[in-house]
Amino acid sequence: MRPFSYARAADVATAIALVREHPSSAFLAGGTTEVDLVRQGVLRPGLLVDINDLPLDQIEDLPDGGLRIGAMARMSDVARAPGVVQRFPVISQALVLGASAQLRNMASMGGNLCQRVRCSYFRDPASPCNKRDMGSGCSALDGMHRGHAILGGSEHCIATHPSDVAVALTALDAVVHTTASGGDRMIGIDDFFLLPGATPDREHPLERGELITAIEVPGWPAARRSVYLKFRDRQSYEFALASVAAAIQIQDGTVTAVRLALGEAALTGRPATAASFAAAAREELAQAETRPMNAFKAVLAQRAIVRALSTLTDGKA
Amino acid sequence: MSTDVVTPAAERGPEAETAVLTVNGQPRELQVEPRVSLLDALREQLGLTGSKKGCDQGTCGACTVWVDGRRVLACLTLAVTCEGHPVSTIEGLAAAGDLHPMQAAFVEHDAFQCGYCTPGQIMSAVKLLEEGHASDDAEIAEWMSGNICRCAAYPNIRAAIRTVRDAAGGERR
Repeated sequence: MRPFSYARAADVATAIALVREHPSSAFLAGGTTEVDLVRQGVLRPGLLVDINDLPLDQIEDLPDGGLRIGAMARMSDVARAPGVVQRFPVISQALVLGASAQLRNMASMGGNLCQRVRCSYFRDPASPCNKRDMGSGCSALDGMHRGHAILGGSEHCIATHPSDVAVALTALDAVVHTTASGGDRMIGIDDFFLLPGATPDREHPLERGELITAIEVPGWPAARRSVYLKFRDRQSYEFALASVAAAIQIQDGTVTAVRLALGEAALTGRPATAASFAAAAREELAQAETRPMNAFKAVLAQRAIVRALSTLTDGKA
Repeated sequence: MSTDVVTPAAERGPEAETAVLTVNGQPRELQVEPRVSLLDALREQLGLTGSKKGCDQGTCGACTVWVDGRRVLACLTLAVTCEGHPVSTIEGLAAAGDLHPMQAAFVEHDAFQCGYCTPGQIMSAVKLLEEGHASDDAEIAEWMSGNICRCAAYPNIRAAIRTVRDAAGGERR
């Protein structure tokens, strides 16, 4: 591993100032992706600023029914928090289905959102990769891309974001709270995850020295009936090939509200039946751009949507 | 997390500097560069070679130790981050001359073949029972999935875990 310096920040202002002042610095939270990528030579920080002692680990139930998750709360603690389990099961399920028990004890929620892609070309400094070295090309386009994106990719990058809980948070319209020397701001989850487009090296809108402090999930009673469904090559401890976060509200057999991580499905007002779920899933995947190795994902994703919604509505419509 | 202690954010490294880690209840002083993993510090500097280096990238679980009483991966933990956060390794699991019940159960059930993953399996399994995720074999398998056994001793590992669970009583939900 290349050498770097280290500083442990005891307060938020110090952490922000340190990263802002050092051009090659980075925050260090759980380190489960970062330490690995530094060891691989993919990331080359000159200074790591340890933020693990910052008092940002609370998990709070908000008076309006919402949820505030401190950026340094660990995945395992969020997954078992009673307010999360009862009111936002999709978040708890997505967390428990990710990584391993050890990694969930280490990884912070803010770091989870900032984790880097698992594309093997990104993780191999010898391969061309626009995300690591813009202009060098995307090795996955004509390479091994079985796990790569069929929605939202570009000619410069087709890597998927590896986070499970990000899918759940997207379905629930979460808001990312940040702080920087210039002040605080809130970023809607859809604006937080940037599509690769022509700038795959830029994955989120955070500026240097801008720190995630919390993730807020708006209150929504229907989220009690929510589910996270994940399909992968192994039964456990594996990234998703396709996954769906879904929550649904039904009155008298008709869908009155629905949230899907693949975007708002055109379902509202239609009957809560497998047929209308399938039709909505087809519309969702209509723009899928598949490649030889990942064409199966378009079908898998549609079936995942139908299965998730059927799971939530079976016998309850 | 210590939230009330305000310390100046002294920059250290990239050269080796003194760090004091609490390992198995004992303060241990060592010279480490910031880039040194907890796993390498334990094995190369403190002579605690029970924690194993399998993948060195957070996928195999052979390096599982406890930090602040939680099971974590020593290969993805930087040693300097553990100052002020007690570390426990397989060497500290039982009093000298004794076996921890989980160690005894692994012996009883032949829960290993080559033994390389065993320290990590045991450190993980003890916490699994504390966390209360061992109600049946499926749950044990899911919550032990971060510990790979390439000899595939999984049935015997689960048997060892069940034995300790049942002997302790009250773990079954």
